[in-house]
Amino acid sequence: MSNLEDLYREIILDHYRSPRNRGELAVPPATRVEGFNPLCGDEITLYVELEDGIVANVKMMGHGCSISQASASMMGSAVKGKSVEQVREQIRTFKQLMTVHESTLEHDGEPAKVDLRALGELAALQGVVKFPVRIKCAALAWNTLSQGLDELA
Amino acid sequence: MTSFDARRVRADTPQLNRVVNDRTITYLDTAATSLQPRAVIEAMSRYYELRHANVHRAVYVTAEESTAAYEGARDAVARFIHAPAGSNEVVFTKNATESFNLLAKSWGKANLGAGDVVLVSEMEHHANIVPWFQLREETGVEVRFIPVTNDYRLDLSSIDELMRDVKLLSITGLSNVLGTINPVRELSSIAHRHGALIAVDGAQSVAHSPTDVVDLDVDFLIFTGHKMLGPTGIGVLWTREDILADMPPFLGGGGMIADVSTEGYTPAGGPTRFEAGTPPIAEAVGLGAAVRYLEGLGMAGVMRHEHGLTGDALTRLAIEFDGRVRVIGPADTLDRGGVISLDVEGVHPHDVAQVLDQFGVCVRPGHHCAKPLMRRFGLAATVRASFGPYSLARDTDVLIEALGHALKMFG
Ligand SMILES: Cc1ncc(COP(=O)(O)O)c(C=O)c1O
Repeated sequence: MSNLEDLYREIILDHYRSPRNRGELAVPPATRVEGFNPLCGDEITLYVELEDGIVANVKMMGHGCSISQASASMMGSAVKGKSVEQVREQIRTFKQLMTVHESTLEHDGEPAKVDLRALGELAALQGVVKFPVRIKCAALAWNTLSQGLDELA
Repeated sequence: MTSFDARRVRADTPQLNRVVNDRTITYLDTAATSLQPRAVIEAMSRYYELRHANVHRAVYVTAEESTAAYEGARDAVARFIHAPAGSNEVVFTKNATESFNLLAKSWGKANLGAGDVVLVSEMEHHANIVPWFQLREETGVEVRFIPVTNDYRLDLSSIDELMRDVKLLSITGLSNVLGTINPVRELSSIAHRHGALIAVDGAQSVAHSPTDVVDLDVDFLIFTGHKMLGPTGIGVLWTREDILADMPPFLGGGGMIADVSTEGYTPAGGPTRFEAGTPPIAEAVGLGAAVRYLEGLGMAGVMRHEHGLTGDALTRLAIEFDGRVRVIGPADTLDRGGVISLDVEGVHPHDVAQVLDQFGVCVRPGHHCAKPLMRRFGLAATVRASFGPYSLARDTDVLIEALGHALKMFG
């Protein structure tokens, strides 16, 4: 079962059982953006409030599997207080984490450089890459946030 | 006829020996697709090794053999469902979905317009919903739904009202989510009493119980090869000869014509009219082998066996998990097939399936192409376990062990 424990790290299960940043924000000032994974039926509604180019608050609603829920929950905490530029960098780093296998192949076996420290507890999601069908679950909140930032820009 | 022995079916099915994650797989996904016995695999490879040639209109030996093999499969299918006029009533398609599209786009388009109703149910597969919505866009036919009761049965309490203006009742024989077996014979007499025809989605039923289209008194029967121990890429639309004769062609091209000139074309008669282009010959051969294999098993025996497994599984799930694993489907085994949808407390279906995979258990999480039904019960997804003729009680043992692990892990 070692694979399973790689996927379902304790911290992921914890975020799944007690998701952070649940709720809604008034629109405006917040922006509301929806994400949907038609494969699993996972849904997320994200509320992002910017103040002077800083993510002042994030809330979310929706439902989904432990991976999508934990990823969203951790994301909320990770981006709060960061500048839009920093958040975009976080999104890039997270996506790199999710494609680490492919990029390893592309670069002749040279491991991709993902700054795990910059990811903090999100690094717990690295086990997901071993389960390709679940990458979409982990990425749902991030893609939705990325879309939200585009709409705000 | 010898008595049915599931262990023999298991020994005949090579993929059941597959080892994944250090365990022999426990295959509980027959409702999505069945596994093939060696007889089917060998019939198809023998066909490709010895007899492959395009069918019809050639005189060399292998072409005659391939035509005979293709038409022989049609005969076998006709016999399997007791088609009264034999193979003249059996149209080969790509799958059940294509059969429904053929039904809607040929018969439906010619017969259903504004003011008419096609009556389906809330427990239908998308294959028996979307083509009717598409037809609605074209002809204005109304699509109406028979509701499903809280105990997962068709709600027939207002059926006479629902039948108003209905020209076609199109209904599943066995729900691919709930396991519910619908009262087809009763429904066909209701439909006929109201002057409507009845089409039955047999995708989940034909491989699990005996089928006799005359006895059921239905007008159309649709099913798919890969869910009945056959290969993918072949499906069936059965209808009565007189109905088929009046159905306009569906796809056009070679094979479906009687004549073509620079002025126009005349379609062929019979099933051929609906089989444009080179048909799935090897797949038909495989399907023929599958129905012969099923006949050899005896469908009554298959049904009894799966009924026993289902009853046993429902009882054990109830005892073992004390309500933490809820069955989304009838709790009793009367008119119920071996499709068991589960809602596991506090664990998302995708996580359940992921944990089960580590035990080598193949089940399916998701909406099972039945979103109106999922909406009806306020669910995004379920985990579905389903039995086939090769299933054994020890499959249920592994399922229960793995479900226990999932509950422990997420609890
Ligand atoms: C009840 C039912 N109808 C239709 C289908 C469609 O079958 P196919 O995908 O082979 O066209 C399925 C299976 O997916 C089914 O379970």
